[in-house]
Parts: sequence; C-alpha cells; structure tokens
Amino acid sequence: MSTAIKDTQKMIEEILDAYPEKAKKERAKHLAANDPTGQCSTCQVKSNVKSRPGVMTVRGCAFAGAKGVVWGPVKDQITISHGPIGCGQYSWWARRNYYNGQTGIDTFGTMHITTDFQEKDIVYGGDKGLDGALHELKELFPLAKGIGILSECPVGLIGDDIESVARKVQKEFKIPIVPVRCEGFRGVSQSLGHHIANDTIRDHVLGKGRLDKTTPYDVALIGDYNIGGDAWASRKMLEEMGLRVIAQWTGDASVNEMGIAHKSKLNLIHCYRSMNYICRHMEEEYGTPWAEFNFFGPTKIYQSLRKIASYFDDTIKENAEKMIGKYKPVMDKVIEQFKPKLEGKKVMLYVGGLRPRHTIGAYEDLGMEVIASGYEFGHSDDYKRTYPVMKEGAVIMDDATLYEMEEFTRRLKPDMVGSGIKEKYSYHKLGVPFRQMHSWDYSGPYHGFDGFPVFARDMDMTVNSPTWNLIRKHGVPRKSGDLLGR
Amino acid sequence: MRQIAVYGKGGIGKSTTTQNTVAGLSEAGYKCMIVGCDPKADATRLILHAKAQTTVMDLARERGTVEDLTIDEVLLTGFRGIRCAESGGPEPGVGCAGRGVITAINFLEENGGYGADTDFVFYDVLGDVVCGGFAMPMREGKAKEIYIVTSGEMMAMYAANNISRGILKYAQSGGVRLGGLICNSRKTDKEYELISELAKRLNTQMIHFVPRDNEVQRAELRRMTVIEYSPEHPQADEYRALAKKIAENRDLVIPTPISMDELESLLMDFGILENEEAVA
Repeated sequence: MSTAIKDTQKMIEEILDAYPEKAKKERAKHLAANDPTGQCSTCQVKSNVKSRPGVMTVRGCAFAGAKGVVWGPVKDQITISHGPIGCGQYSWWARRNYYNGQTGIDTFGTMHITTDFQEKDIVYGGDKGLDGALHELKELFPLAKGIGILSECPVGLIGDDIESVARKVQKEFKIPIVPVRCEGFRGVSQSLGHHIANDTIRDHVLGKGRLDKTTPYDVALIGDYNIGGDAWASRKMLEEMGLRVIAQWTGDASVNEMGIAHKSKLNLIHCYRSMNYICRHMEEEYGTPWAEFNFFGPTKIYQSLRKIASYFDDTIKENAEKMIGKYKPVMDKVIEQFKPKLEGKKVMLYVGGLRPRHTIGAYEDLGMEVIASGYEFGHSDDYKRTYPVMKEGAVIMDDATLYEMEEFTRRLKPDMVGSGIKEKYSYHKLGVPFRQMHSWDYSGPYHGFDGFPVFARDMDMTVNSPTWNLIRKHGVPRKSGDLLGR
Repeated sequence: MRQIAVYGKGGIGKSTTTQNTVAGLSEAGYKCMIVGCDPKADATRLILHAKAQTTVMDLARERGTVEDLTIDEVLLTGFRGIRCAESGGPEPGVGCAGRGVITAINFLEENGGYGADTDFVFYDVLGDVVCGGFAMPMREGKAKEIYIVTSGEMMAMYAANNISRGILKYAQSGGVRLGGLICNSRKTDKEYELISELAKRLNTQMIHFVPRDNEVQRAELRRMTVIEYSPEHPQADEYRALAKKIAENRDLVIPTPISMDELESLLMDFGILENEEAVA
C-alpha cells in the first residue's frame, strides 16, 4: 500500500476518533483513501444505506428525487405537490431548470401547485380534493399536456388511492395523469425517488408519444436537467455533430418527448444516477442502446464527442473531428486565460448525481486538483466510476457529515469547496472559498463548449475573490497557513 | 374528574355498556360526559335519543378547519344532563380516522369541553387499538383508567389481551392503569369462570358480569338505555351495579398480557378448544 493511501487512512482514523464507538465503526465504512487501481480491498466505501441518526446528513428524500429532479423540469406538464404545502413550497424551482415557453400558458415549470392538505384532508382523505384540483387545473391551463401527482408523506400514511383518481381523470381529459408514489419516507435518500419517477415514466408515458419519422441520426439526451441552460449547450453540440435530438430528459422536456425517447438510435446519458433505470428499460424493452458521456471541460468533451461519434457513420465521425478542430482554439484560449490563476489549486467536492466524478476533468483542464470527493446519495456503481478518475490517496466520502467535511477542510486545506446550499453558509463563516455546485450557484451553463468558459470564470471568481480576505480580516484571526484560523 | 376509556373487540357492546353504565352513574348523582371516538358516531345515540348530527370532524370539514368551531356546537346534552361529543370521521376505506380522534380530543380539551364540575368522562373507542390515534385517549395523561369489554368468545379474549399490551405500553410511559374486564355475556360455555381466569392472568379483575337480556335490544330500538326505558327491569340493576363498582373501584393495575400460547391453553383448560393431540 502506498504512503499516500496510508497517510489519508491515518487522517480518516483521527477524524473518526471524535465519534462514539458505534458511530465510528459505522462511519468508517463510508470514508476511504482512494485507490485508482482497485487493488486495495479497504479502499471501497459503503453507500446507499440509511444515514446514521445525529450526524446531520444533507441528503434529501424520495419526494425531492422524483419531483425536484426527474418530473419537475418537464415543462408542459403541471406537477402537483400532493399533500401539505411545505414540500412543494421549499423545493419550488430550486434547481433552476430553464425552459422555453410562456409560463402559465403552455409551460408551467416555475409554478408551484399544491393541494395544500389541511387536517380535514388527512381525516377524510385527499382524493376528492385531488379530483377537484385536477379539474381546476384543466380549466385554468387547458394547454397542459399532462399532470403529475407527486405524493408527499401523509398521502402514503393515510393510504389515499391517487391511482384511481388519476385513472378516472385521465379518461376524461385524455392527457397523461401520472400518480407518483414518492413519499419522502421511502428509501434512504432522494435516490429512490429517481427510481420511482423512472418507473412512472415507463408505466405512464414512455412509448405513447408521437414521432412521425425517424432518422439514422436520432439520439435522446437523458439525465440533463438544463440547470442554468446546460441541456441547451449540450443539445447544440449534438446537433452540430449532425445528430437529431428527439428528446431531452427532463430539462426543457415536453410530455411528448417523454414518450418517444425509445425511438432514438442511441440514448445518451449524462446523469447516470438519476436515469440509468429507464435507459436499461429501453434497452431491454425496445433494444435502444445507451452510452454515458461527459460534457464538463474540453478534455472530457473531446473524448465524449469521439465516443458518441463511434456509434454512427463516418459523416458523424468527421463532424466530431471538425468540431474539435473548430472549438479547441477557443477552449485553449479559456485555459490560457484562467489556468495561470488556478494552477495547483486544490478542490474538495461533496455533491450529488454525476458531479462528484464528472466535473473532475474540467477542474483538471484548469490545472486544479480534486483532492476529495463524495456523493450524497451515490451507489456502488457511482463509486466504481469514481475511483479510477481520482488520484491515489484522495479522500472518498459517502453521505458525509458537516463535522467530517470541516475536519477534512482543516487538514487538507483545499483552496475551494464545491457543495450544496446547506454547506454554503457554514463555509462562508469559515472563510473558505465556496461554490454551490448543485445549481451552479445561480450561474451556468457549465456543460459543453458554451459552459466551460463560464465554469472557468466562476471558479476563478470563487478561488481568487478578494472577498475572502475581507471575511478573514474581520473574522477569527488566522495563523499563517491555517485556513480555518484554528 | 376521572377520565375512563372503554376498549374492546368491535361489536362486543362497548357503546351499549358505556351508555348504560353512564346512565347508572348519573342516576347516582355523578356529572358525566361521553366522548365517542369512532367515525360511526353512534356512541351517544342512546343518551341523545338520536345519532349525533354534529360531530367535531364533520363540522370542521364543513367549515374548513377545527379552529372555526365553537364548543357549544359539538357538545350536546341528553338523558339526565349527560354531555355528549362525537369525534366523527371518514367513511370506511378513506382518510385517517385515528387522526380525527386526535384532532377532536385536542379540540375538546383546548376549548374546555370537559367542564370543571364533571365527575366522569368516558371515552368510547372504536374496536381494537389499531394505531396511535385510537390510543389517544390513553395518551398524555387523559384517561388513566381503562375498562375492556369482552365475552367468552375467543376473538373477544384475543382482543382483550391485545388491548392490554397497548395499556402496558402507556402504563410504562404514563400513568395509565387497567381497571378491569367487563364481561358482556354471550352465553358461551363457562363464560364467568373463563373471564375471571383471564382477568387473573392479566393481573386484574372481572369487575362485572353483565348477563345477556333482550331488554337491552328492546331499549336500543327505542334509542334508550335500559335505565331510562325500563328502570324497574332487573337488567337496569345490573348496569347500576356496574356503575357502582366503577365508581368505587380502586383496583387499578398495570396489566400483564399473556402470550398467544398461554391464551390458547387457557381455552383448552376450560374445554373450549379441544386438545389436538387428544382429538388425533
């Protein structure tokens, strides 16, 4: 075992020492020193299990996964948060899934619709209220192409039969009414919500859309939620390659697109975690192949363009090369501008979905190194894809706690931390450069050739902002070299 | 004020027994109140001479929230000044009746529904203890005294034992105690002995054995308790006796529920279940 791995393991042990025995034993399975070769048997983390009580996990719930991630962005469908008001209210368009359309007329992405359960709905059941809400919505928004009923916890607890309401109203309206059993208490994190949502796509809309003709160049862009315009940046590139994007799931997606993706020649999946289930289903049921790709940073983009092109004929392959030739100088210029300011800077990531591994290449293009990375709700297949792309001895963390993150920060002294909204302010208080990497901190896009210059600028802005010095000056006095002033 | 909850298997006669007993208590001069904790809202029918039309939850549903109600609207007065309230709730198969019980009881309590001069509050609770909502009368120091209505039928005894488990849980966390088993006779074999023995095993007493009498049915058809309908009938005296025993009962215990095996062997000892080996 190398010294890099041993050093990291020693650090992890020291950090774990603060825990009581039982917590220590359990958390030890979720923190590891990276071994890219996969030979070290103790370097694999345990994942997708229930969070330990008391550790302040930042995980979400099944409702967050189904409503917030998968179904929420479908733009011409109305998504009802079925239950009391809070779940919908506090997840209201938090992910900035951009879309084209006239909100309130033919698209409904930024609207918050809820059945607003009261005590009487719990006692007498919410089915009549739901039926009423569906009819009101149809009257208010006749152009809606579908309605999703996203269950909050109480609906599952009282056993309301949302399926029969959906069936009845669907017959009347002749648009998909999709009941989604994504009660927050199901599963250990938002991950099960993705799976449940995938299953409802399969059962209620897939195969039911209209696509008049197909071409040999049809692809579907899966697992891109158009955060800050990401999917538009990706779509543009696929089209420039000569491919036809017949569906975009689910950023800026229409209900019809949700029904035709199986007709593509190749399903291109960006966020593997949240949509691999439906890709596997389309492969089994319709024989549609799928491929993973990565549009963060030029190195991964060039690799991905070539990989995607390899599924198609020479025209597409030539186009890919042409594109690389055309955009490389532009990308090189971005690197030339920002790399000198970012070279050697260390990054710690703790995010979800695809980001803990997919963004590493973009940082590396700018000369930065990701020294620690972790998933809120990853599974072992995510970690298997992560070990090889990280350096030996880097920290891998699963369902990390704020204590662990602070300790890693104190010891590893990263130049910036990329994580979520719950961590953001605690890092601000610590005076550590921080970027909210769930919704690109209100910026974006970060995908594709359009995204990389924005990404590079944002990282420079984060790491090199003079603001951090001001925070430190008025905050806790620092010893030199001690990031947290301890 | 003594708060008493009456539990037991569905259809065992909880509501009839409770109302007749309460009628007996008020005849003896006690001020009483009945809170029906069953969506069917039939726990006060014999006292009010009609099914309660304004239950807490039905009215809350009509108005929007429970905050829009006043106590007078849901508190009705019947035979001998007995005050009655019904929680109400959904028809079978939808919603959460247990939550309705919680909401209704909280409403009555917060709005002074029990009154300072009340001697007895009786909670008449639906069937078996099925969820937290139906355990509400035992929780948070409300009813401290539980009576279980049972009979010599096996399933009624199963239910009584099961309810004892619920009481045990709240006896440990709060001050809930079992006051005794009320045997509402179905004229099964050796019923008196069997329920006396079950009571002993559960660490309690059979507080009264109510014989079966059709006078109860005749009174019920006229929406009355026996005490009101035929005060001279011997059955009325049975309920008076039960009322007196409850009023004087100081034997409040933490129950000792028994295992299924023990319950079955009890039935076998009394010759009700045949020993399978002996049969073979």
